[in-house]
Amino acid sequence: MTLEVLQIYWWLLISVLGALLVFLLFVQGGQSMLMTTKNDVYRSLMVNSIGQKWELTFTTLVVFGGAFFASFPLFYSTSFGGAYWLWILILFTFVGQAVSYQYRRKKGNIYGTVFYDILLTINGCLGCFLLGEAVSMMFFGAEFKVTMGNILDPGSPVISQWAPSHGFEAIFCWKNWILGLAVVFLARTQGALYFMNNIKGDEKFFNLNRRRVLVNGVIFVVFFLVFVGMLFMADGYETLGKNSFAVVPNKYFCNYMDMWWCGLVFMVGVVMVLFGVLKSALATHYTKGIWWSGIGTILVVLTLFWVAGYNNTPYYPSLTDINSSLTINNSSSTHFTLTVMSVVSLLVPFVVAYIAYVWYKMDKKPLTPTDLEHDSHAY
Amino acid sequence: MDDLITVVDWSRWQFALTAMYHWLFVPLTIGLALIVAIMESIYVKTKNVKWLAMTKFWMLLFGINFAIGVATGIILEFEFGTNWSNYSWFVGDIFGAPLAIEGIVAFFMESTFIAVMFFGWKKVSPAFHLTATWLTAAGTALSALWILVANAWMQQPVGMEFNPDQMRNVMDNFWAIVFSDTAVAKFTHTVSSAWVLAGVFVIGVSCWLILKKRNVEMAMDSIKIASWVGGVGILITLATGDMSAVNVAKHQPMKLAAMEGLYRGSCGQELVGIGILNPDKKPGDNESPYLFDIAIPYGLSFLATHNPHAFVPGIDDLIEGIEFTPQGDTVRTVGYAERIAIGREAHEALRAYDSARAEGNSAGMESALKDLREAYPYFGYGYLDSPEEAVPPVAMTFYAFRIMVMAGGYLLLFFAVAFIGVYWRQGWLKNKVVNWIGMFSIVVVWICSQSGWITAEVGRQPWVIQDILPTRAAISDISASSVILTFWMFAAVFTVLLVAEISIMLTQIKKYSKEDINTISKS
Repeated sequence: MTLEVLQIYWWLLISVLGALLVFLLFVQGGQSMLMTTKNDVYRSLMVNSIGQKWELTFTTLVVFGGAFFASFPLFYSTSFGGAYWLWILILFTFVGQAVSYQYRRKKGNIYGTVFYDILLTINGCLGCFLLGEAVSMMFFGAEFKVTMGNILDPGSPVISQWAPSHGFEAIFCWKNWILGLAVVFLARTQGALYFMNNIKGDEKFFNLNRRRVLVNGVIFVVFFLVFVGMLFMADGYETLGKNSFAVVPNKYFCNYMDMWWCGLVFMVGVVMVLFGVLKSALATHYTKGIWWSGIGTILVVLTLFWVAGYNNTPYYPSLTDINSSLTINNSSSTHFTLTVMSVVSLLVPFVVAYIAYVWYKMDKKPLTPTDLEHDSHAY
Repeated sequence: MDDLITVVDWSRWQFALTAMYHWLFVPLTIGLALIVAIMESIYVKTKNVKWLAMTKFWMLLFGINFAIGVATGIILEFEFGTNWSNYSWFVGDIFGAPLAIEGIVAFFMESTFIAVMFFGWKKVSPAFHLTATWLTAAGTALSALWILVANAWMQQPVGMEFNPDQMRNVMDNFWAIVFSDTAVAKFTHTVSSAWVLAGVFVIGVSCWLILKKRNVEMAMDSIKIASWVGGVGILITLATGDMSAVNVAKHQPMKLAAMEGLYRGSCGQELVGIGILNPDKKPGDNESPYLFDIAIPYGLSFLATHNPHAFVPGIDDLIEGIEFTPQGDTVRTVGYAERIAIGREAHEALRAYDSARAEGNSAGMESALKDLREAYPYFGYGYLDSPEEAVPPVAMTFYAFRIMVMAGGYLLLFFAVAFIGVYWRQGWLKNKVVNWIGMFSIVVVWICSQSGWITAEVGRQPWVIQDILPTRAAISDISASSVILTFWMFAAVFTVLLVAEISIMLTQIKKYSKEDINTISKS
């Protein structure tokens, strides 16, 4: 395979990981509703339902980062080192999540269950919001400049320079807020959909989640529509040469038009999400909404990554120096490394297969309140 | 950019903090996963509930520890980008691949099957559950493999070349990276040391149970399994420690000199067994390096080359340019002042190449590239101001190495006693003094484990990539105040969580010690 094909392939894999991550944020969405759930039994059911999946979301985030590092190291170098505070805050929220499930109800946890539930809630709200903001920079740009020659300056050798606020400017950029909030409410919607699917035996709890789906779903749709409107109207960059770009009006809208198949997948995804949300909220007892909404989410996010990185589009536009913008061509690893990793990526279908199989085995019997009574491993 | 050295130092502190906290939990995860898998296998074979109870008891402690290991692990991965962004680009083509493979191959395996381990007792068959436990154990070891391959590559950079067009190093031989001398030794040494740590942990906790006369039968059987895992582990650790010493002598002779506090080497070099360094000693002066030392004749020559008469260079020898070949022969090599000059020539040649490329001057590019290729092995020295900058902190490396070796020797004895006790002299294990020694050894093994990493990582300073990239050139463009703040934030969060983890562990051990085997097995 040529280098260009490998770059396209690896952007596709990054897109798949990103899309799966957004779907799996239903775990965070579920966490974000913990503190507002007053009933202890319901809260326990929620934690133990999503608690069997949190490691999958966490691992997908880690692999997403690792795959980005390996395939597009200039992005890793530029974004993580530049938007320092944005990423550090994301990491802090996930540190809290990693221990909270195991520790929240264990005797001797010192700080009490509420402390760990607060950590889970912070991860559920702030973690999703900041991840949405980080992805938003792929469309609306970031303040950085790449100067390779700096590596030879012993006094200031850093090649990627960022705005002095080191990520706070991105956190407080209103454009990034829109996608951040959309991700939060999508995650909450899907969290409630997952509870409807995974927890049985309490009609009141089921109806509570129906209401959650409706309320959060409507708010999500509002933010999502605003985001899509902004995206379609935004100017974008187009690649002219390796490090040469021009501003193109409505670039992302044009990308959907140029890559019609991408637009089609986007539409199908949106319809699936809406169907999953509406049917779950309006039908008396529909439990499959998470799958419609989840697959729809994956499809929509896939296309967002595609219009960000394909069709001569820099996936990380620089607002400081247009020619520093990152594309899948100028930021990738070499042909050799991408080839090696592509061989390893042949394991991905096998990994997906065993995850699906284990998911099926573990979720075959829905969770009920009685399941928690005699389980010492219950969270 | 803020004061470069301040940012570098605080970034190093932050990374060291994260790595040391992470390494408190990871070896226990790796070793305990294996022990739990063995116990569950015996249960599935014998159907004896005692083994099920043991499996569940140690699995509970495994889960508590696993969670915090995961929490600190994610920080480590992302800190390569947040704090070492230049590094991420300069060698990301090589270093990123093992990290990505780690995620795809190992992390998903761990995270998928650990859910079955904890929640699958009533949802899957016993055989499936056992498979999940073994796959979780395999996942923990596999994740160690890839990150250790990446770490080993930083100590012995192979399978790569410099690409001047992209101003970075690129991979050209994946297998050379995976199977380098250092990678093989580091993986086997580290994983076997994790078995040792978990073995000591299980024996220590079991000693407490015996001391309190609670679930003594379970404790004795736990000691049996832990003695095998830890005993095999300590033998492999010692053997691979020897491999590591030979590798360090070959590829990082300055680190070896620092480990020994050796300034002037000789043929048949003695090994300082116990010693106190002279704090006033500086490279190039005539001060004695030790205030006090007890040395083993020919020890260092034998350790470094397996030849008791071979020459081992000291810090001053290396700075002045004396080294030895892998066969142990003494040869004159490039002194550090000259290396700095050559490194700067490499930088100049790269600048010339870049300018010629911008001008479309092919002849200029070719000429500059030739100069660059010749000088590149010392590229990293071009960032240094003086030869002394290439000397790692000697005292920390020297003492950490000695603590590791002495603790390792103690642990060999510890497992010998445990073996004899559990198979031939069971009365020993019911002796209160032995029980207390068993519990105290938990602290020793953790100190040993941390000391090993301090030796390895402090001893290679100032290099992030040996000879190619010093820490000062690997940094991110962030303010010192940001890094200082995040350092203290991490320190606070990790400490808060560590306190909770230890408290939960102790409470759970106490709680389960009071329950009988049948109750534990049904939990």
